[in-house]
Amino acid sequence: MVEGKKSINFLKGMLCLLPAIVLLGIFTFYPIVNTFLMSFKEGYNYLITNEKNFESWGFGNYVKLFSEGNNFPKYLINTMVIVFVSVPVSITLSLLIAVALNSIKPLQRFLQTIFFLPYVTNTIAIGMVFSVMFESHQGLMNTLITSLGGSSINWLGGNTQAVLIGEGIFTHPFFNAQWFTSMIVLLAYIVWNSLPFKVLILLSSLQSIDKQYYQAAQIDGTTKARTFMRITVPLLSPQIFYLLITSFIGAFKEYTSVVAIFGDNAQSVGQKNNMATVVWYIYQKTKEQSLSGYPQTSLAAAGAVILFIIIMIFTAINSYVSKKKVHY
Amino acid sequence: MDIRLVNLTRIFADKNSEVRAVDNLDITIPSGKLIGLLGPSGCGKSTTLYMIAGLLEPSSGQIFFGDEDVTTLSPEKRGIGLVFQNYALYPHMTVKQNIMFPLQNMKLPKAEILQRTVKYAKLVGIEELLNRKPKQLSGGQQQRVAIARALVKEPRVLLLDEPLSNLDARLRLQTREEIKRIQRETGITTVFVTHDQEEAMSISDEIVVMKLGVEQQRGNPQEVYDQPVNQFVAKFLGTPPINIFSGKIQNGDLYVGEEKIGTSTLEDQEVTIGIRPEGFEIDPDAQMTVVVKQVEYIGRDKSIVATNPASEKENFRIIIDANVEVKEGETVKVAVKPNKCFVFDKLTEKRVQ
Ligand SMILES: Nc1ncnc2c1ncn2[C@@H]1O[C@H](COP(=O)(O)OP(=O)(O)OP(=O)(O)O)[C@@H](O)[C@H]1O
Ligand SMILES: [Mg+2]
Repeated sequence: MVEGKKSINFLKGMLCLLPAIVLLGIFTFYPIVNTFLMSFKEGYNYLITNEKNFESWGFGNYVKLFSEGNNFPKYLINTMVIVFVSVPVSITLSLLIAVALNSIKPLQRFLQTIFFLPYVTNTIAIGMVFSVMFESHQGLMNTLITSLGGSSINWLGGNTQAVLIGEGIFTHPFFNAQWFTSMIVLLAYIVWNSLPFKVLILLSSLQSIDKQYYQAAQIDGTTKARTFMRITVPLLSPQIFYLLITSFIGAFKEYTSVVAIFGDNAQSVGQKNNMATVVWYIYQKTKEQSLSGYPQTSLAAAGAVILFIIIMIFTAINSYVSKKKVHY
Repeated sequence: MDIRLVNLTRIFADKNSEVRAVDNLDITIPSGKLIGLLGPSGCGKSTTLYMIAGLLEPSSGQIFFGDEDVTTLSPEKRGIGLVFQNYALYPHMTVKQNIMFPLQNMKLPKAEILQRTVKYAKLVGIEELLNRKPKQLSGGQQQRVAIARALVKEPRVLLLDEPLSNLDARLRLQTREEIKRIQRETGITTVFVTHDQEEAMSISDEIVVMKLGVEQQRGNPQEVYDQPVNQFVAKFLGTPPINIFSGKIQNGDLYVGEEKIGTSTLEDQEVTIGIRPEGFEIDPDAQMTVVVKQVEYIGRDKSIVATNPASEKENFRIIIDANVEVKEGETVKVAVKPNKCFVFDKLTEKRVQ
């Protein structure tokens, strides 16, 4: 009797989930599996439909990704730089902004709205604003720097007169001074763009922290800095952890911001694809044909699998660390 | 060190209203004593406590710790320990870290921090729980951790804001005895806020009864219970509460309704009479008649729900010895013990006899 009821409930549950499962199957699971398979097919050509459309199974595509002359490793480094700079910087900044916003009473609502505006503004539009701001002749940044007595910086390239800040330090042909200043612009943009959501999340959880913890800390003579480090941060740790995971993943998949500032070819003026990321590469390879006229989808697939594995590893490390550091 | 509150006033004002949360409070809390601040919800007890702690600024008036005027001193410089109504233990720290936290702020040497932490953990009896998180503790244990955290700084003053309100009845009884013991052992001047009169009476050396921010009466608990200055204090102290009747004084006699219960030296007037539940005796020669509606046995005593036309409420309570014979539905005559019967002015509600 009870058994029967249970299985009916199970069936009912399955029935409700069915549409979701079907959709996920078509648009998520099947593509994932297929991407995996594709990445191991050497000489794959999806344009051939009747006969066998690849030469053999193997790691050939992965070897190609890391072989001499392929820029994939450089794009991987670009991606890593984005991940390891933009995530900590944006989380730290948003934490400070949230705490500051939380501590002022007048205009709080107004400022909250202001800080949230970038979130509802188009990414591409903000990207264009950024590229104008960092323009080498009359851009806002250079106008500011020159008005303070400095010499203007060739952020995105183009004007050889302008000074590059990374000159002499960044001498690699790919990671050159131009790359360095362009990366600063890109990182500034990514951080700027990701702040509103983080500030919103942190501010709302800050507002739900019991005021009495702060009163208790005050009575015990806790300094402001110590209160922040020992009380505020630990109490926000679940939210910080959530933001850490999601922005790590987001940064690994960075693409839109690159295109928004540096255009389809992901390059600053006079350079070749020097701002490209892993996802940019993947996208590029799905459209591009090799010199011999073959589609390169299996290279894209291999790149996607590598990104997938890296993200998995990082998420695993994150959750391991969080078990020790996050206080739920 | 004693605490003196001089004309202490706190007004909460916003655009269209103003609340005098504490109104001209003038209290001296003797050194080393435990004072119970007692009053109904919203009468300004927490506000008073927070002003002593320095978390709230008084609108006017002064606070002295000994001879030192601390009115404008910031909380951390006052040397107080505060136990919040819901403990406010830091949830992400262990019990040990919670207790150590104030000491680390004081930048004491490590060895002393540990030694004091253990000492106070032992004092409140939680030394086995040091490595647990607050969430893994019962309400009573959390409360003791909060007390240890407040005491570990060896403050000059200990402030407790309704610390027992989250506990069940038995734990409450046990913990309040423990608070009393700890207070005696440490000899710290303590202010204990509660709206539970029984709690206040059982643990305090002295109680202060407040109403709407104004002090009503202060004194030794038994004294306040036996000699309330007005109807509010009489009603607020005692469970079950005092019974109120309308009455009068005529030719030196005191009447409940039209039934004589005693004598008075006051001139003829209408009055309000308060009689404690334990102030009645069954006496066939007495004049006051009551109808017994219900009899409850509460162990040692018998509690009677009775009616009388002069009673303020429909029913009132009488508590008598369990072996006195009374039956439900019966009409009996009762005499009133003079020391359990208070006469209040009908208008001002001040006690006149
Ligand atoms: N921040 C505030 N703003 C405005 N009014 C306040 C504020 N804090 C307290 N009050 C008012 O002051 C009065 C006294 O409040 P208080 O918290 O001291 O009461 P209490 O005696 O501690 O009550 P309880 O037993 O419910 O804790 C109340 O009428 C309350 O509404
Ligand atoms: Mg209160």
